[in-house]
Amino acid sequence: MPRPSPFHPRTAPLCEALRWKDWAGYAAVCSYTTYMEREYFAFRHAAGLIDVTPLCKYEVRGARAGEYLAWLMVRDVTRLKPNQVAYTCWCDEHGKIVDDGTVWRLDDDWYRVTAAEPSLAWLSRFAADFDVTVTDVGDRIAALSLQGPRSRAILQQVGDADLDALRFFYLARTRIGAAEVIVTRTGYTGDLGYEVWVDNEDALAVWDALYDAGRPHGLAPAGLDAMDVARIEAGFIMNGVDYYSAPHCLIESRKNTPYELDLGWLVHLDRPDFLGQAALRREAETGPAEKLVCLEYDWDDYERLFARHGLPPEVCPYAWRDPRPVFDVFGNQVGYATSGAWSPTMKRNLALALVRPEMADRGSRLKIEVMVEYVRRKCLATVVEKPVFRDPRTRSLPQHESV
Amino acid sequence: MSQYDAIIIGGGHNGLTCAAYLARAGRKVLVLERRHVLGGAAVSEEVFPGFTFSVCSYVVSLLRPHIIRELDLARHGLQIIPLESSFVPYPDGRSLNRSADPQETRREIAGFSARDAERLDEFRVALTRMSHFVKNVIDNPAAAPGSLRPAELWQQLRLGKALKELGPDLQHLHMQLLTMSAVDFLDMWFESDQLKAPMAVSGIIGTYLGVRSPGTAYVLLHHYMGEIDGAFRSWGFARGGTGQVSNAIAGAARRYGAEIRTEAPVAEVLVRDGQAAGVVLASGEEILARNVVSNLDPHQTFLKMVDPRHFDGDFLGQIRRYKLRGSSGKVNLALDRLPEFACRPGDGPHMRGDIAIAPSIDYLEKAYDEAKYGQYSSRPYLNVVIPSLVDPSVAPPGKHVMSIFVQYAPYQHADGPAAWPEHREAFGDTVIDTLGEYMPTLKDDILHRQVLTPWDLEQQFGLTEGNIFHGELSLEQLAFLRPAAGWARYRTPLRRLWLCGSGAHPGGGIMGAPGELCAKTMLKGSQGRG
Repeated sequence: MPRPSPFHPRTAPLCEALRWKDWAGYAAVCSYTTYMEREYFAFRHAAGLIDVTPLCKYEVRGARAGEYLAWLMVRDVTRLKPNQVAYTCWCDEHGKIVDDGTVWRLDDDWYRVTAAEPSLAWLSRFAADFDVTVTDVGDRIAALSLQGPRSRAILQQVGDADLDALRFFYLARTRIGAAEVIVTRTGYTGDLGYEVWVDNEDALAVWDALYDAGRPHGLAPAGLDAMDVARIEAGFIMNGVDYYSAPHCLIESRKNTPYELDLGWLVHLDRPDFLGQAALRREAETGPAEKLVCLEYDWDDYERLFARHGLPPEVCPYAWRDPRPVFDVFGNQVGYATSGAWSPTMKRNLALALVRPEMADRGSRLKIEVMVEYVRRKCLATVVEKPVFRDPRTRSLPQHESV
Repeated sequence: MSQYDAIIIGGGHNGLTCAAYLARAGRKVLVLERRHVLGGAAVSEEVFPGFTFSVCSYVVSLLRPHIIRELDLARHGLQIIPLESSFVPYPDGRSLNRSADPQETRREIAGFSARDAERLDEFRVALTRMSHFVKNVIDNPAAAPGSLRPAELWQQLRLGKALKELGPDLQHLHMQLLTMSAVDFLDMWFESDQLKAPMAVSGIIGTYLGVRSPGTAYVLLHHYMGEIDGAFRSWGFARGGTGQVSNAIAGAARRYGAEIRTEAPVAEVLVRDGQAAGVVLASGEEILARNVVSNLDPHQTFLKMVDPRHFDGDFLGQIRRYKLRGSSGKVNLALDRLPEFACRPGDGPHMRGDIAIAPSIDYLEKAYDEAKYGQYSSRPYLNVVIPSLVDPSVAPPGKHVMSIFVQYAPYQHADGPAAWPEHREAFGDTVIDTLGEYMPTLKDDILHRQVLTPWDLEQQFGLTEGNIFHGELSLEQLAFLRPAAGWARYRTPLRRLWLCGSGAHPGGGIMGAPGELCAKTMLKGSQGRG
């Protein structure tokens, strides 16, 4: 049975729709009201507040902690400056992806790692060789993600951190009321946003402060359904949906490499040994076997498929994650889509798909399966630039923003 | 030598849409806007510091989804936030909120009539099927009955086929829809006055008709189609106000190379050798172009911008008889805090949609009675939205903007249209008093107010007689009759003069369709190639 997060006393009464699901063993809100639409639009127009406590969190300490993490991760995290955060993924010896998450440099000998799946065993496998200790702090630290164009203004009201100077993927140690918190400028929506990390005992005080300060700014409590649509617009992949952790795969073909998942930009090959380096170097030369792309359904074709049955076109009201085959224009299968959503902001029907590399160029014309009136149909789709949602506010500092 | 392939008079959302499509096809286009801001009636202005009003048009629903995609408007800043619900308070302290949640809506309606709650789905199915048919009509240029040209025949065949596919029941319904009043039409499904009244108002918005006037059922469908996202959906707010729709379209037009000038009022259309050849600005500057496209209403276009000698008497007669008859006003408020309804306190979902003061059919009909004789309604129909609740960019934190659409406020005031300024503040008081009956603290929460009478809409926004749709959406002025019989294809009797505003098919609302279809017609015809 899922357990409550430290924010549960606040989220439960707000969750009028009683729509919950199990996220990594915690009861997590899917949507607070019957439809997640308002929560989605809060992310894009005001601010959405989402409980992300179920993320796995680890402390990595020791004089050689940075060196050790650089060996585990495909990204050279020794390049991190103090208080900098990096998005990264990590691989097995064969260059197959194990998980993705963030690495924060809190101090010279103190790092934190967030992960989608329990990773203590993986992260501590060779820790002793580096005199590094890895501690699971997942149950001790609660986390809230505050995402949306108003998130900075709200946080500024409750904390004393200089958020105007806090750059994208940096962190600040600060206070909210009496609570000591860490604020990272990170998130899973592709929008301006922050994540607030706080000890369990101070969790409710932080929720109250953010919630009360946020209401005049249009803040809405948000659930996983809304975040799922936002992350697809932002082109972010999800462990367990768009790929599977290599150690959990029964068959080789289920595993993926960072290059296949469009995470090649994370891989720093030319540096001392790291886990999976040799395999990744080989793949960098030969090229990946498939490539993750963003597909946009051709709307006219989509409408035609429904019109054949006398129906107006219907789009799925939430992000879907049941895989669908992808074809070339002649109808031969060339890949599969793993998740997708109608983008309410861009007015486009999107899917994330893994396709043969020669089909992965932008503008490439493919087809994707659509079920219309119990009949399997193929709808034209085009490979489009990822991410589809992009806004300068996500990465910029206020002084560089136009009014 | 003409510098431009086309000059567009007026930077309203249709003019900009037309410009964007022409520029996208490689034409050299100049848009001339009289005011300092673009958008015409789809405009956002910071009327009071910190408070941005959608001054005139305040919700988006009919903007064609393919236009959003084809012009990539989302990338140019267009974001539409759906309205969550429709709320009506009643004088007896009860209220009704209809939302996207079907079960909750059913429960709410069942509080007035259990039968009505169940029939709502049947009503929706019928109207959705009808909307689907009518969509064929509005996404194509107006049909030309009687024409034997192959393209015309093809279009009529397609329409005929679509009509046939509706089946006899819906064909009959379609005829009824075209001829009935909104109330009679709703009577076919529903019994409770409390439900029918707020539904019927869709049939009178922007018309000088009452909910019991024949023909209003069609207008009801026109609004029901409120379509965003490509699926048949509800209405929405544009982030930053409706001006952002215009700004996004302008952004697209500029990217395709269109030139846009503001504070450049056009005085007249230049006519040479019997065809439009350019414009003369109020400043005296002459600009030549191969085509002139008017985004103004038919009266402004044909009676003010062009010397009437260029038109024959029959056409001029039709245009003079074309009904504008503005019947609505607008009150915009800057609020110190969010006022509450006595019957349903708090800032729940009922506050985030549209709020109607339309408690009964008789209330609405009485409001019309007064308007018939040149008085504004002493208790008008109000359509209220509070966009700052979902879009905090339009007001300082904790403060709000409220937009109140008011009907009836007849342009033809009993004391004459020019008497409106004398009545403006009393009219504003009437609106506040009406809403104040349901929102007791409203008066104390107001920081600033802006009152727009139909006279103001004409003077400030160039909407003749204050008509928000460039002419009534009544049957005798729609489709192949809009704006005049034989001239529904954006062409005008003056060669190389085109009409691209809401006074052309398929009509008003933030739809973009007249602008788009005008541009596509121009590009198809040899005149467009210049």
